[in-house]
Amino acid sequence: MPFFVYTTVFLVIPTIVVVVAAFVSEGRPTLGNVRALGNANFLTAMRQSIILSAATALIGAVVGAILAYAVSTARPDGILKRFVTSLCGVLAQFGGVALAFAFIASFGAQGMISAWLKKAGMAPSSTLWLYEWNKGVLLVYLYFQIPLMLIVFLPAVEGLRPQWREATETLGGTTWTYWRRVAMPILFPSFVGATLLLFTNAFSAYATAAALVSQAQPLVPLQIAGTFTSETVLGQANIGKAMALAMVVVVAIVMAIYTWLDKRSSKWLVR
Amino acid sequence: MTVASPNAARGVAVELIGLRRTYGTVNALDSFDLHLAPGEFVALLGPSGCGKTTALRCLAGLEDPDAGRITIGGRDVTALPTNKRDLGMVFQAYSLFPHMTARQNVEFGLEMRRQDKATRAKRAGDMLDLVGLSTQADRYAHQMSGGQQQRVALARALAISPQVLLLDEPLSALDAKVRTQLRDEIRRIQLEVGTTTLFVTHDQEEALAVADRVGVMRAGKLEQLAAPLELYARPASAFVADFIGLTNRLRGRATGDRAEILGGSVPLLPGSGSGDVEVLIRPEHIDVTPDADGNASVLSASFLGAHGRVTATTDAGEQVLVQVPSASLPDFSPGQRVRLTPRGDAALAVAL
Repeated sequence: MPFFVYTTVFLVIPTIVVVVAAFVSEGRPTLGNVRALGNANFLTAMRQSIILSAATALIGAVVGAILAYAVSTARPDGILKRFVTSLCGVLAQFGGVALAFAFIASFGAQGMISAWLKKAGMAPSSTLWLYEWNKGVLLVYLYFQIPLMLIVFLPAVEGLRPQWREATETLGGTTWTYWRRVAMPILFPSFVGATLLLFTNAFSAYATAAALVSQAQPLVPLQIAGTFTSETVLGQANIGKAMALAMVVVVAIVMAIYTWLDKRSSKWLVR
Repeated sequence: MTVASPNAARGVAVELIGLRRTYGTVNALDSFDLHLAPGEFVALLGPSGCGKTTALRCLAGLEDPDAGRITIGGRDVTALPTNKRDLGMVFQAYSLFPHMTARQNVEFGLEMRRQDKATRAKRAGDMLDLVGLSTQADRYAHQMSGGQQQRVALARALAISPQVLLLDEPLSALDAKVRTQLRDEIRRIQLEVGTTTLFVTHDQEEALAVADRVGVMRAGKLEQLAAPLELYARPASAFVADFIGLTNRLRGRATGDRAEILGGSVPLLPGSGSGDVEVLIRPEHIDVTPDADGNASVLSASFLGAHGRVTATTDAGEQVLVQVPSASLPDFSPGQRVRLTPRGDAALAVAL
């Protein structure tokens, strides 16, 4: 019951509001809001959002998976493992303005690391890269994507049973055989599923990008915010909801694939 | 020693010589020696932490001994990696590759040996047939019961025709009925294929039921290695007598090759102590009869199926277990006076 109330209040009602509002304008039903999604600005933002999300998901997944494996080899009750998993739990939720500010304070024009580099005579010609969606924003997103991957993927890595490696060896296989024929196929659905989760995490992120990118709206969440706050173009709120609907559709597709993959791998990795 | 398998000639001899393995300050194996004849089925038995699994894992190459030598078929394999030792292993549980069907699991080792597809398919079919699972060939591990999974694991281990078969407590995760069935099946198959087999278990009934010889281990050493019957009837030490089956420890006096207990005399096994001793005597080696002038009183009488057990306290205050036929259980009731008499079977005596 509490779960039902929770999902109704925080998921079902907002989704219904977005879906309904996407097809309403000035109190009348219309397809105008959805048609407006065909404009070049929105399509560019959607493409850039997908590229940014996919890139940070892929890089975060590969780096996070390697770290998860490294952590899984540590002693189960050891301090290193507890420290790293706790730290990642915090860092995975450390997006937003605070994270953006941390990067600006480090790599911005007056940032601490920029100042050190200047002293060392290695100052970059410009620090504007930090505010570009495909450079600075991408780097900052990785700061929460990699820890998230570690947390999500670690249970799958720990689900690998030592007997599988030993069975491979007694049957004549090598360590490489084990990874190629046993461990990687078993982990693959979890890996792809976790990557999709990272994709949706980046795709729906707003505050971090908003803090770094002040004027332009290169990503869909920033464009949606613009339709609600723009002082130059009024009456765009319902177009923003249509944009949100487009995001809901993308996320729904990704999450459906994730659920299917998770179901598949959970049968193999029951502990 | 007698090897029961008619196909024993197909097997190879295995020797573990002077193996030592320590974990910190614990000696898991301490100058451990074991010789398996070709085609022989040897079970290693002992309490937790006695080193039986370590011995098996050293033979498998999954653990490196600190000292000692291992040979398989006369070839020194001590420094060889696991995948070059030519052995099959069945683990305690959950060792099937979960993303492969039963058939693919069985074919895996053959693929590693670069067998062609047709040969693999035929061999896998034959092996699944051998373990009675040909109809389950396309099932995944999560679609099979624990017993079926262990059968597939056995088929997978045997498919590669290994020189040695290693069984690491393969029945411990199964329920009692399946365990007995699979235990007998493992023995049947081993007799059929004649592979030299080392079986590690903590269940003495399992070990005594299937093995040509049983080795009882304690603190990294082999306490006794003998045929099941000999192990039971002629234990070499108090530990073995205590560990295998039920044993009464009764105080007595040993002179020469006999000891006096319960007002009677029993012959002693070689290696027994003399003077004041404790005689280790089995419950089935004592007679109990109702007798108002007897030497003990009944504490309880329990029905155990095929036989019953009478627990009595002697006038000297010792508690004695006696095995009786189930049919005679009604003759005994708590508090009743009885006479306990040793039957005259040889027993081990340890000096006090």
